[in-house]
Amino acid sequence: MIDAFKQFIRRPLPLLGLLIVAIFILIAVVGPLIAPYRFDEIIRGASRQAPSEAHLFGTDRLGRDIFSRILWGARDIIILPMLTTALSVFFGTCIGLFIGYRGGWVDEVISRLLDSLLAIPALVLALVMLGTIGPSTFGIILVIVILYTPIVARVVRASTLNIRANGYIESAKLRGDTLSYILFREILPGVLPALVVEGALRFSYAIFLTASLGFLGLGVQPPSPDWGRMVNEARESFSQTPWALWYPAGAIALLVIGVNLVSDGLRRVFRYEGQLI
Amino acid sequence: MSDAVITVDQLNLDYKLGNRWLSALKDISFGIMPDEIHGLVGESGSGKSTLALAMMNFVAPNARITSGAVYLDGVDLLKKNSAEMRQIWGRDISLVPQDALAALNPSYTIGDQISEITRLHEGLSKRAAWDRAIEMLRQVRINDPKAIAQRYPHQLSGGMQQRVTIAMALSTHPRLLVLDEPTTALDVTTRAVIVDLFRELIRENHAAALYVSHNLGLVAQLCDRVTVLYGGEVMACAPVQELYKSPYHPYTISLLASLPHVTTGTETRLPTIEGVAPSLAERPHGCVFATRCPIAIDKCHTEKPPLEVVQGDRLIKCWRWREIATGEIVIDTSPKEHPMDTAPRAGVVLNANALNKEFDRPTLTDRLLMTGKRPVHAVDNVSVRIRQRSTLGLVGESGSGKTTLARLILGLETADSGTLELLDVPLDLTLGKRSKKALRDLQMVFQNPNDALNPFITVGGQLARTIQRLSMKPLTRAAIQTRVLELLNAVRLTDAYVSRFPAELSGGEKQRVAIARAFAADPALIVADEPTSALDVSVQSVILNLLKDLRAAKGASYLLISHDLDVVSYLADWIVVMYLGEIVEQGTVEQVYATPSHPYTEALISAIPVADPTVKRKAIRLGGEQPSPRNLPTGCRFHTRCPRKIGTICETTLPPYTDVGDGHFIRCHIPAEELIALQTSEPLTERKT
Repeated sequence: MIDAFKQFIRRPLPLLGLLIVAIFILIAVVGPLIAPYRFDEIIRGASRQAPSEAHLFGTDRLGRDIFSRILWGARDIIILPMLTTALSVFFGTCIGLFIGYRGGWVDEVISRLLDSLLAIPALVLALVMLGTIGPSTFGIILVIVILYTPIVARVVRASTLNIRANGYIESAKLRGDTLSYILFREILPGVLPALVVEGALRFSYAIFLTASLGFLGLGVQPPSPDWGRMVNEARESFSQTPWALWYPAGAIALLVIGVNLVSDGLRRVFRYEGQLI
Repeated sequence: MSDAVITVDQLNLDYKLGNRWLSALKDISFGIMPDEIHGLVGESGSGKSTLALAMMNFVAPNARITSGAVYLDGVDLLKKNSAEMRQIWGRDISLVPQDALAALNPSYTIGDQISEITRLHEGLSKRAAWDRAIEMLRQVRINDPKAIAQRYPHQLSGGMQQRVTIAMALSTHPRLLVLDEPTTALDVTTRAVIVDLFRELIRENHAAALYVSHNLGLVAQLCDRVTVLYGGEVMACAPVQELYKSPYHPYTISLLASLPHVTTGTETRLPTIEGVAPSLAERPHGCVFATRCPIAIDKCHTEKPPLEVVQGDRLIKCWRWREIATGEIVIDTSPKEHPMDTAPRAGVVLNANALNKEFDRPTLTDRLLMTGKRPVHAVDNVSVRIRQRSTLGLVGESGSGKTTLARLILGLETADSGTLELLDVPLDLTLGKRSKKALRDLQMVFQNPNDALNPFITVGGQLARTIQRLSMKPLTRAAIQTRVLELLNAVRLTDAYVSRFPAELSGGEKQRVAIARAFAADPALIVADEPTSALDVSVQSVILNLLKDLRAAKGASYLLISHDLDVVSYLADWIVVMYLGEIVEQGTVEQVYATPSHPYTEALISAIPVADPTVKRKAIRLGGEQPSPRNLPTGCRFHTRCPRKIGTICETTLPPYTDVGDGHFIRCHIPAEELIALQTSEPLTERKT
């Protein structure tokens, strides 16, 4: 693994991406502690202020410090996608390993179920579900996990199909090894390269989707500093407070780019799979 | 060598690995005369393929030729640029590649692909080129060339594809034909036919040819002169008879001695070459073979010997060749006798009765759409019996069902019907339902050592897991570790291997670990699926000896699957020959090799090239293609290709499976006495005068 890391940081772009993501994670952790104001604090007489020394990113139309809101909002835009990605990866891996190994009609049936879930456009599903049960954090988690688990399962299944043909898997069968040992100890290490890359990619998509849902008002509710919602709110008063849109939008974009650079770097590194893990 | 077609003069080539340039070919010099088939022999890593392509000035992007010249009819090819080389490739020098299917473009018809060459190099019109293509297909003995020209590569069999690549190579009547292991992907009987074809066509075309191969038998039968390559350097270059009958180089001598052959009646071990070939990064300063040479002296390790002329066009690179030539030194090449008694005992280890397996049955969809799909009947009512301490050799080509039969016995596939008994206890057809006791007694060694081990787990870890799972009672960590070391030592690997990962091991070492794993619980029966076919010749003998030693020590039985009758006859005491899902002959090794023989067995034995250029086997060749297993011939399955077909009875009636004496069974309409008469009147092997 150390070799993989060394290979990874040798390239400038992935290193930059890692740096960006690290900074954002740092902000997510310490943001609320270093923010000059609270996220819902309305500063009298300071509405629609352009960026200045007092307010680094300016204030919005209600008089809330945008810099602080961004610091506070980092948590939601990072932790929630992390959680949903982790869940999708977990469920997707279990399903993918199982159906890839089993094959037969189990694989057929479940693959078709996964295909049908994949066919649903992300925002349509989100609107329908969250529109029905009402916007909530749990709802977002549910939507994203339903959407991304099949994708992860597919990737894992493809990897598993390749690995299944190897002699060491048949050897495991011939010594009566249990299903869980074969799946998680014999097959999984070989699946990891593809899985890690896909996981990083899912993370970037999850961030983007979470931000999009926030933009549509389906995310965390006001006055919580959801970056996506901040972008939407800033639209109406864009002519007066353009900074109120640029900064949250820029933050989202920067984060997504950072994660994508990391994901790219991982993909390049893991092209030499088998020797690095 | 002024009249040589091609002369290689002090060629040096480097490969780039990581950041370093490593020497892959060093000071290569040899020549090929007109009308000569020149064999280039070496193991994996010797550089033979690199050399063959470098001679054509075809160098990989991560390689560079650092010095030397290659003269084609007096002109140095290495001085030419790619535009000039493009004139030469395909016209003056043609390549017959190793993998025919990969070399053919799947989107173009055969005719188009052959035409492309003459249209490019001779400027022929589309019509003329097409006619020439048909003519070339006829020359490579393809029936109905017009129809084949319209087809696409994937619609042809392996043998046909290779004929097409030969047709392409010969279409411009090149000066030099380079054949890079062109038969590795082919079945034994197909290979024999193709090699015959090579011989005829090369002679007819008066071309010079370079035949690259690791198969010493093929080279002995086909080539006029041979160059032996090791570690990127020429070890010896000599006329074929001299090289095989009186070799001077220790590597050649050891290599020829280590080839397996029929050893009946005695318990022997093959002489082996210890050690492994040096990697590119660890080139020795002295003789490149010194670390493995049985007669190396100090000088050999410190100074590289020059490539000397023995006499005429015979070359050798060894400090001590004179001592070998005069007989002063003799390298012991006799098989070692082993006094152990390993005669099979009376008890039966495995009894397989009437096993059947079909694949690819028509599904509901197929039936509804009436696709007319027929299943592949891979194993058809097959029964075998393996006795205690016996080795059964299962022989057949692709499609024979031998691999499927082994997998049915192991439980990796579930038989459709039939019964299995292991040590007189009924064995469930489904692997998942077998008892631990059964699993302990039935294990496998796989064909490809590269995927037999999990690359993410240490050698010790994998052995430990197997030991633990197969143990009848729970074992302590210490007990498992002791057993792991025991097993490693049994396959002659040091304790250090416990913590190594498979990627750090050579092919031979990986196979030894796989064998150690198979023996973890002291099984009664081990299925070995082509255990040496993925290994180099020099490693093969080590593994075969090891298998014999373990068999003697543990008293295990083997089910050995192989297409290589030499390997089978060396290890086995009982042979079963399969064709298209059926057993066509079975008996002891002596019985199967002697007459009466099933015509298919005859053809198989005849197809094996003997590593002795003075001995020629009678060419019993099978015509036609192997029928599709979905569309089995009526009557005898072999009649479409049988050289001894007697008449319509072969087409209409199933042949009887008769005991022709002492448990030797043959499935044929021809009675035993007649077979004996037919087969002894024309002996299978004869000495060339």
